[in-house]
Amino acid sequence: MSLAQPPIRPEYDQPLPPFVATVVERPRPLLERLAGQGWLRKGLILVVLALLWEALARWQDNELLLPTFLATVQALFEGLASGELIERARLSLIVLAQGYAAGLTLAFLLTTLAISTQVGRDLLSTLTAMFNPLPAIALLPLALLWFGLGSGSLIFVLIHSVLWPVALNTFAGFQGVPDTLRMAGRNYGLSGLRYVFGILVPAALPAILSGLKIGWAFAWRTLIAAELVFGASSGRGGLGWYIFQNRNELYTDKVFAGLLLVILIGLIVENLVFAAIEKATIRRWGMAR
Amino acid sequence: MTLVADELLRDSSVAEIRQARAAQGASAAATPDASAGPLLQVDGVSLEYRTAETIVRATHRVGFDVHEADRFVLLGPSGCGKSTLLKAVAGFIAPVEGKIRLSGRPIRGPGPDRIVVFQEFDQLPPWKTVLQNVAFPLTASRTLPRREALERAHHYVEKVGLAKFADSYPHQLSGGMKQRVAIARALAMQPSILLMDEPFAALDALTRRRMQEELLALWDEVRFTLLFVTHSIEEALIVGNRVAVLSPHPGRLRAEFNSHEFDLASTGGAPFQAAVRRLHERLFEHEQAGAGEATP
Repeated sequence: MSLAQPPIRPEYDQPLPPFVATVVERPRPLLERLAGQGWLRKGLILVVLALLWEALARWQDNELLLPTFLATVQALFEGLASGELIERARLSLIVLAQGYAAGLTLAFLLTTLAISTQVGRDLLSTLTAMFNPLPAIALLPLALLWFGLGSGSLIFVLIHSVLWPVALNTFAGFQGVPDTLRMAGRNYGLSGLRYVFGILVPAALPAILSGLKIGWAFAWRTLIAAELVFGASSGRGGLGWYIFQNRNELYTDKVFAGLLLVILIGLIVENLVFAAIEKATIRRWGMAR
Repeated sequence: MTLVADELLRDSSVAEIRQARAAQGASAAATPDASAGPLLQVDGVSLEYRTAETIVRATHRVGFDVHEADRFVLLGPSGCGKSTLLKAVAGFIAPVEGKIRLSGRPIRGPGPDRIVVFQEFDQLPPWKTVLQNVAFPLTASRTLPRREALERAHHYVEKVGLAKFADSYPHQLSGGMKQRVAIARALAMQPSILLMDEPFAALDALTRRRMQEELLALWDEVRFTLLFVTHSIEEALIVGNRVAVLSPHPGRLRAEFNSHEFDLASTGGAPFQAAVRRLHERLFEHEQAGAGEATP
């Protein structure tokens, strides 16, 4: 049996002249560059959704059940022009900011305790396991009993909805900081709070930011829901109360306008505020794509 | 202010050494200051680490001395505790017996007088640019105020050839460039001893070779004291002027050889090959036939 033998070929050795055949770097075609713009892609999705809505509403043809997109936009503009919607949104956002800030402060205290002591860790994991699955709105009757009708009850349920997801995410982020980076930080002589803010917080920022985003969404959702329940017995309500009131009076287009504003505020915070923070930090640092 | 003076002093002493070397004719051997005694004394050090169920002895009564301007290499197979030993010198792990002394003082915890260059690329905080990364330990340890820290960082970033990338973030750099930043960062601190834990192991062969070359050139210029951990025999001989061989499980000191006569140019020669063979025998003498694991 003869073994296969590769043929011996002449060698190739040729100095290369400077490369002039074509340009090495050229701009991408316009369409590709446009497709690379996130706002354009997302805008397109919104336009398609609006078109679908409009088509469905026209086909359904019942103003009371489903007003058209254009009618909703009109109601929204009228509400904004008269100042009523702006005032409602302002009231909602003030309460939201208070609850969100209080929730974040508590979350950071709890997490700092958890990274420094074993008892803190056990406390955090037990408390989050107990309370995280509990819907904030389920606490509202209790809150009304304790804090009465007013922003106190709302802030209480907001804290509940923000605290656990933010604490959980921040803690997970701290635990995910690579050992090498921790050692490098200690090697520099950092310790205590300087270590936490110099190494742990920036290194865990992707997880912390995602916690903040989840917390924000939970808070916003809880607030509107709470106002729907709560507003019925209060004279001065926010957006949720506006929606509830208009549903009672069968102004369906105004109900949709209120919902649209809830969505718009959510989109703005997500795509402007959080996106800007991410772009300036974790994206710039290559910690997220 | 005293620190700046120190730096000047150090720079002038570097110049003196260079002049002296030029006068003597170049000799690659380090000339440790015999009067001062060893800079780092590792004396009968046993180290242990804990897993969930067991306590593992990583090294057993290891002792060696590192002198000023030494390039001391710890060589051993995986699991001989050489990295653990380096971490103990860095102060991350306390020995269960024995003493580690730096300039006569026992080591208590990590500190900026012993800067570590790790193998992993994630040792650089990703939220700082190259320049900020090099300046960070200087300000974090309150060695220098911010402006002077940045000035010194500039100097060392330039020294490792990354001036063009001073404002880049670590994720924009290649592996070799990240290690260069880590080395610049360590040198900028002007630590008493520089600790390197397989710093080039994660690099490709060509980049590794260039980094070894650059490290030796930097040593020629600055004359820092280096404790270097590797599992590559060739790297140990090229980088080190003295090589300590550790046995596996648990790590004990098997041998200490001189290797000051070798550099990258001597790798092909017969003496180098003989030294490689000698180290190879010491490393693998305990191994049973058939269980052989090739060392790159």
